[in-house]
Amino acid sequence: MLSFVLRRLLLLVPVLAGLVVLLFAWLRALPGDPARALLGQRATPASIAQVNEAYGFDQPLPVQFVTYVGRLLRGDLGSSSATGQPVLQSFLDRFPATVELALAALLFAVALGVPLGYAAARRAGGALDSLLVGGSLLGVTIPVFFLAYLLKIVFSQWLPLLPTSGRQDPRIDATHVTGFFVLDGLLTREWDASLDALVHLVLPGIALGTIPLAIIVRITRASVLEVLGEDHVRTARAKGLPRGLVSRRHVLRNALLPVVTTIGLQTGLLFSGAVLTESVFAINGIGSYLFQAISQLDYAVLQGFILFIALTYALVNLVVDLLYGVIDPRVRLS
Amino acid sequence: MTQISSSGPAALGPAVPSAPDPDAVGSGGLWHSAWRRLRRNPSAIAGAAIVALFLLVAVFAPLIAPGQPGVPLPNSGVTPSSVPGPSPGHPLGLDSPGTDLLTQLVYGARQSLLIGVVSTALGLAGGAVLGVLAGGLGGWVDTVVMRVVDILLSIPSLLLAVSVAAVLGQRPVSVMIAIAVAQVPIFARLLRGSMLAQRGSDYVLAVHSLGVRRRTVVMSHLLPNSLGPVIVQATLTLATAIIEVAALSYLGLGDSNPSTAEWGRMLVNAQSRLSTDPHLALWPGFCIAVTALGFTLFGEALREALDPKGRK
Repeated sequence: MLSFVLRRLLLLVPVLAGLVVLLFAWLRALPGDPARALLGQRATPASIAQVNEAYGFDQPLPVQFVTYVGRLLRGDLGSSSATGQPVLQSFLDRFPATVELALAALLFAVALGVPLGYAAARRAGGALDSLLVGGSLLGVTIPVFFLAYLLKIVFSQWLPLLPTSGRQDPRIDATHVTGFFVLDGLLTREWDASLDALVHLVLPGIALGTIPLAIIVRITRASVLEVLGEDHVRTARAKGLPRGLVSRRHVLRNALLPVVTTIGLQTGLLFSGAVLTESVFAINGIGSYLFQAISQLDYAVLQGFILFIALTYALVNLVVDLLYGVIDPRVRLS
Repeated sequence: MTQISSSGPAALGPAVPSAPDPDAVGSGGLWHSAWRRLRRNPSAIAGAAIVALFLLVAVFAPLIAPGQPGVPLPNSGVTPSSVPGPSPGHPLGLDSPGTDLLTQLVYGARQSLLIGVVSTALGLAGGAVLGVLAGGLGGWVDTVVMRVVDILLSIPSLLLAVSVAAVLGQRPVSVMIAIAVAQVPIFARLLRGSMLAQRGSDYVLAVHSLGVRRRTVVMSHLLPNSLGPVIVQATLTLATAIIEVAALSYLGLGDSNPSTAEWGRMLVNAQSRLSTDPHLALWPGFCIAVTALGFTLFGEALREALDPKGRK
């Protein structure tokens, strides 16, 4: 197990190295010289000279590359060209908001998607199945930001039941320990703060979770249909096991493996969706940070974001691979 | 008759394995039966109808639209708090910049189609080159190409498109290239996988053993027989491309020319008027979603039709 994790982490090295080379080339390809691109509006002759010295942009290319990699390895992702704040610190400050949103979206997608996909497969060809298959197609094709708009229109105009912006009611005097607002309320026993943060997550979670929901419904349906046709399910039924037991232990458990893989692959989608969702619902996470960065052509932030996302994506998928071993004892992690 | 290199056993000439004949693609066999199944599939017909309608609107935009795109009407009556509703000559009313909403929607179809098709064609071409290199040559070329593809796949496609658009600047072409670059790794991986699956087949082994040159094997045997999944993916990718064009506009990286009608930018313009005039956002959003749905329905039906498991 440990050696599997270590080997997988080692395999990450060439991918990340390649990514760093690409990012370095990308920085050089940006319009203007790299120091000017990184500084953006803050570019003055003095600051350009300073960045050139710090990153060695006035040195020969190979030296520049080594300096660049050295800085990244020290966790230095540079400073935002718009605000001058260190990029890494801004990410870490805003990361909890995005993780909270992504988890809410994922919870919505999995909690609804697996039972719906299962129900569709059990009644394959029926009316419910057609409805779910059709609905899931619509779910994949609706643009995230449009869905976010729709929810915002409906819930701010016609059905003002749920909050449509921010992470928490500003009137609530909440203590923040971890930055995860729902968790903070639980830790400090401020139940109302926790509940309010949770309610604020409902609409953004639905907006961000709809595409993953549609994908999970389809994958679960296909996977359950395949398992239902297998011999071991027929055997289990033939020996008279209760229906519920067969469904849980023999069908669902075997059908979940592709679903778990899909969940891991949704990470990238969740992050790029968060860029659009957070800006509509005024959530101060890394998504809305990137949204601002893009509109201000803040390349330092964009560069840091890509590296950050690629790393997160790789780590999430490593965790997913480890989960295989828990779900399916046949999968030996070696 | 198939040409065989002089070193090959000439006696076997007429018996050159013709198993899945590349010429059959397009005339009969797999594609023929796929077409038969496609015609009987209601969701294929629905998808095709939506796509056809969208194509017609895009092509005949000047005939359908009541006005010129991007031209604000004089005395339009647009105020910070409201836009004029439907009136004779303006069936859907006016847009927030004071242009006719229907005109913008109709010309928006043209813009989405143009960018969607060009970027998917570019992405397909780029992916095909990489996929053929990797899947056809194998060995170290395969390793190198696939590592690069892995790296590109670890960046969410929207962000990849954003990075490319940032380098190219705000020109109409840069949106197309940005979306195309984000599609290259998807097509490359798919085509490679599909070619690898073919490479082990008996007919490929047979042409190899006859001494047919590697390039000929790859180009006239492996490639034509691996195209099915790629064509399906291209149809589905068109849907994604149309959504991504809108998303890039939404992020402020689209074509900045105000006289181009574009659904994504219409959504952005509508944002500040969501509470007073939600229809300004609903129309373009509806158009994007329905067009994407049309391509997806058709692509999914095509996938089912081409799936050998579904053949009777």
